[in-house]
Amino acid sequence: MNRISTIFDWLGGAVVMAFRAFRMLPEAPRIMKRTIEQALHGGYLSLPIVSILSFFIGAVLALQAGYALQDFGAKQLIGTLVGEALVRELGPVFVAILVAGRVASAVTAELASMRVYQEVDALVTMNIPPERFLVLPRLLAALCYMPVLTMIGIIIGWIGGAVVCNYVDFIGIAPAEYFQSVKQYLTTTKLLHGLIKAEIFGFVVILIACNTGLRTRGGPREIGFAVTDSVVYSLMAILSLDFFITKALGG
Amino acid sequence: MKKHIQKERFQSEPRQPATIGQTRTPVGVEVRNLGKKYGAQTVLTDISLKIEPGEIFTIMGPSGSGKSVLLRQIAGLEAPTSGAVAINGHNPADPDTRDRFAIALVFQAGALFNSLSVYDNLALYPLEHRIGTRAQIRDRVMRALKILSLEGAVNKNPSELSGGMKKRVAIARALVMEPQLLLYDEPTSELDPVMSATIGEIIATLKQEYQVTSIVVSHDRDLALTISNRVAILMRGKLLSLSDPAGLRRDTTPEIIDFLNPKIDLRNPRYKNMAA
Repeated sequence: MNRISTIFDWLGGAVVMAFRAFRMLPEAPRIMKRTIEQALHGGYLSLPIVSILSFFIGAVLALQAGYALQDFGAKQLIGTLVGEALVRELGPVFVAILVAGRVASAVTAELASMRVYQEVDALVTMNIPPERFLVLPRLLAALCYMPVLTMIGIIIGWIGGAVVCNYVDFIGIAPAEYFQSVKQYLTTTKLLHGLIKAEIFGFVVILIACNTGLRTRGGPREIGFAVTDSVVYSLMAILSLDFFITKALGG
Repeated sequence: MKKHIQKERFQSEPRQPATIGQTRTPVGVEVRNLGKKYGAQTVLTDISLKIEPGEIFTIMGPSGSGKSVLLRQIAGLEAPTSGAVAINGHNPADPDTRDRFAIALVFQAGALFNSLSVYDNLALYPLEHRIGTRAQIRDRVMRALKILSLEGAVNKNPSELSGGMKKRVAIARALVMEPQLLLYDEPTSELDPVMSATIGEIIATLKQEYQVTSIVVSHDRDLALTISNRVAILMRGKLLSLSDPAGLRRDTTPEIIDFLNPKIDLRNPRYKNMAA
């Protein structure tokens, strides 16, 4: 019973935090500098790892599709499969997982140490709401960089697939033919659905990170626990939300 | 209880907007029947105090007696389990109360923002509350740094400062707020005797020059008996004594005598067989 009430307390705290943060949205121009800093740390600095990961996801997807489809003589569908899988599923999910591992963990560690070393208390005594000073810039930044990172990830994943299709002998599809196949069934709606997923994942992951960090009590050991909790909760949220969002969007 | 205190003791006061270079009127603090529990552990029991505007009030007591917890209740950082705290009749946890009276807390470890320079730490409050132009804020920050002899540290990061400098920066940050109530949590802990004396002088000067009400939580007997108008002694979460420094020196309660005059017993049998 106690554990259930803790879960509801945590979830309620996250919702209240998001509500308080967005109630301060009219003050967004005042936190523009901090939002840009967060976008730089979270988005721009994640670009190399997103690019590398996405390239290999596209590449391995094309390779697996090649093995599976060659028996049916349907190799020309590899581009479609890679294109659709990256746009609808793998792009948003893997970028969100990367953000959970790279950005959310850092956010939780920073906020948890601020909490443990009383910097958050100092903000409260100065009558500066932590939701405005710490949470809102991170949430706004995530809403800005998530679709951009996801779009870049998708495009680089497509390129990874193209490289495999071109250079792996038993596939042997030229890039022009591959990209024609990618485009064939791709629609703006599908792309939009992928970006909506990315936005929701980014928002939820950073909210989890902020909530976990700011609820930390104790000492340095608890900061480590908070980071672990944040990443685990984020992964659980990404994969479970993925199902519901996919169902709600119809694909 | 909170409403009761408000109605009985204090009149509601008009809002005093924060302005550059103005000393504000000091405030009074009332703690009534305050109790605090963490789960099954009782930390504070039935504490009642009244701190007059403009006085230096020191809370002393052994480690674990609940001094810092009491200070956090007064600062509005934690809600009491029972009883109430009122600052000129207002609940300190209410953001409007903080806005009205500018309550500053100097934390034991400074609680400086490590991601900001010393200047930015000090400028944060006026910038966030839009008090004055950038030039006025700079004047205000530099004045606070000058009072604390910290002009040379203006562009440093808190991680580059010594313990004593961190304390002084934390006091300067509180001073920039032009507070009516200034709370100090162990301001001389981890400092050498010379730096402790300096911090004591700073606290006394701030009270004289700015008429700020100061509440100091400290283990430091010399500091407490030198600068305070009144001293409260907490033991095991209860208020054991409340008097002026002269009265405290005359107090014959054995626990207070033991606390104020600890002796090192080199033949204490308790520690005889420690090596075994």
